[in-house]
Amino acid sequence: MTDSVRDTVIGIIAQQAVLDPAEVEMTASLDDLGIDSLGLVEAIFAIEEAFDVSVPFNANDPSENAEFDISSVAAIVAAVEALVAGKDAAEDRA
Amino acid sequence: MRRVVITGAGTVNALGQDVPATLDALREGRCGIGPLELRDVERLNIRIGAQVRGWDPEAHFNRQDIALFDKFTQFTILAARQAIGQSGLVFEDALSIASGVVLGTAGGGVNTWDDNYRAVYEEGKNRVHPFVVPKLMNNAAASHVSMEWNLRGPTFTVATACASSNHAMGQAFHMVRSGAATVMVTGGSEAMLCFGGIKAWEGLRVMSRDACRPFSLNRNGMVQGEGAGVFVFEDYDHARARGAEILAEVVGFAMSSDAGDIVMPSAQGAERAITGALRDARLNPEQVGYINAHGTGTAANDKTECAAVAHAFGQHADRLMISSTKSMHGHLIGGTGAVELLACIMALREGVIAPTIGYEEPDPECALDVVPNTARDARVEAVLSNAFAFGGLNAVLALRRV
Repeated sequence: MTDSVRDTVIGIIAQQAVLDPAEVEMTASLDDLGIDSLGLVEAIFAIEEAFDVSVPFNANDPSENAEFDISSVAAIVAAVEALVAGKDAAEDRA
Repeated sequence: MRRVVITGAGTVNALGQDVPATLDALREGRCGIGPLELRDVERLNIRIGAQVRGWDPEAHFNRQDIALFDKFTQFTILAARQAIGQSGLVFEDALSIASGVVLGTAGGGVNTWDDNYRAVYEEGKNRVHPFVVPKLMNNAAASHVSMEWNLRGPTFTVATACASSNHAMGQAFHMVRSGAATVMVTGGSEAMLCFGGIKAWEGLRVMSRDACRPFSLNRNGMVQGEGAGVFVFEDYDHARARGAEILAEVVGFAMSSDAGDIVMPSAQGAERAITGALRDARLNPEQVGYINAHGTGTAANDKTECAAVAHAFGQHADRLMISSTKSMHGHLIGGTGAVELLACIMALREGVIAPTIGYEEPDPECALDVVPNTARDARVEAVLSNAFAFGGLNAVLALRRV
């Protein structure tokens, strides 16, 4: 599952950055990739749609985004994995 | 060129359903923001707004009117009734032909769109009410004001998102100043607080879930409001000749486009509108005592606006007061500049500067006197009202005490 989450997230980021997925380094920041604020909210929307999760992100307030770290591609992948795991656990309980 | 004065004012907004109630709230620093009461609110992530509470169209309009008036038109008509009533003007004969209406709105009849999309998409109906189009069109409010008061001159609607009202009032100012009209009824309104209206804004992730705290370090976004502000702009000589009470003089207006980004504001674009308004008004920066800020409470707007003001005013930026009343009445989008003009008039006439409420922590990037939390008594000579819209469109008005 984890690989597919990573691949999907990288695919979404690559699309926003107009890059080939292979060119997206895990250590890169969104700035490095040339993704601006509109690109970021579009990427988050695409992530929510792809995984059917709700990403806690407010463009105004970095502190509110502590639970969703966007400092690098790897951080975003990890944050999405956590959201997807949380959702699967909730579904298992249900 | 003619001088232009304001001889009537009216409003409906979350702080009050007329000017005196609104000014009381602005003086007291009262907050009109609270939990939203609307259909499907449980499906929204953003559940606060500055709603007009206890709005009862039947108290103001007959059944035929209600069938034709979206909420943004209802708010407008009520505000226009107050403004024109205060002015004492009756539009007949030559005056009727020399007078018009220019109003701002960003969305027009958003509630009408929302209700009728529900009917056809959600409820699967194949028939809608015959008045959907005349009810939702952006010029409906301007046209109904024109019909109700027999204003037969230039009449139209301006839509520039959050700067709509300021652009509209700027046009009204230009028309009276140039002699193209003797009187212009102007201002704007917005009624976007419905499921679809808020859902659209949620998508941008710039809305606060808890409060509007402009200029405060811990601000976390804007809060939407609704309502209308309407004013009577009149040729000074005409107003003097009939002995009208003058609320303030409109002395300058300027607009600019950032030509940059569709949502991120530019300090240079804002500054050009501010300095342009000063130049147009023939005001020295030192004469301006108060600015009603655009002050949305987003991270981006507030620091950009402060940078623009600091640059435009130089040393005087530290001596003037700048407050965002959106902290109280919310962001009325296309109607916001109109309601905010009331705070400008209050500053000039009553010497009371409305505060920025919800202010908790200083932000070094917003290091101006933002009149935190409590209104202040101060005699001011001239004021500015800023509006900076998505799309990078800026509109700044300058007013003076008469």
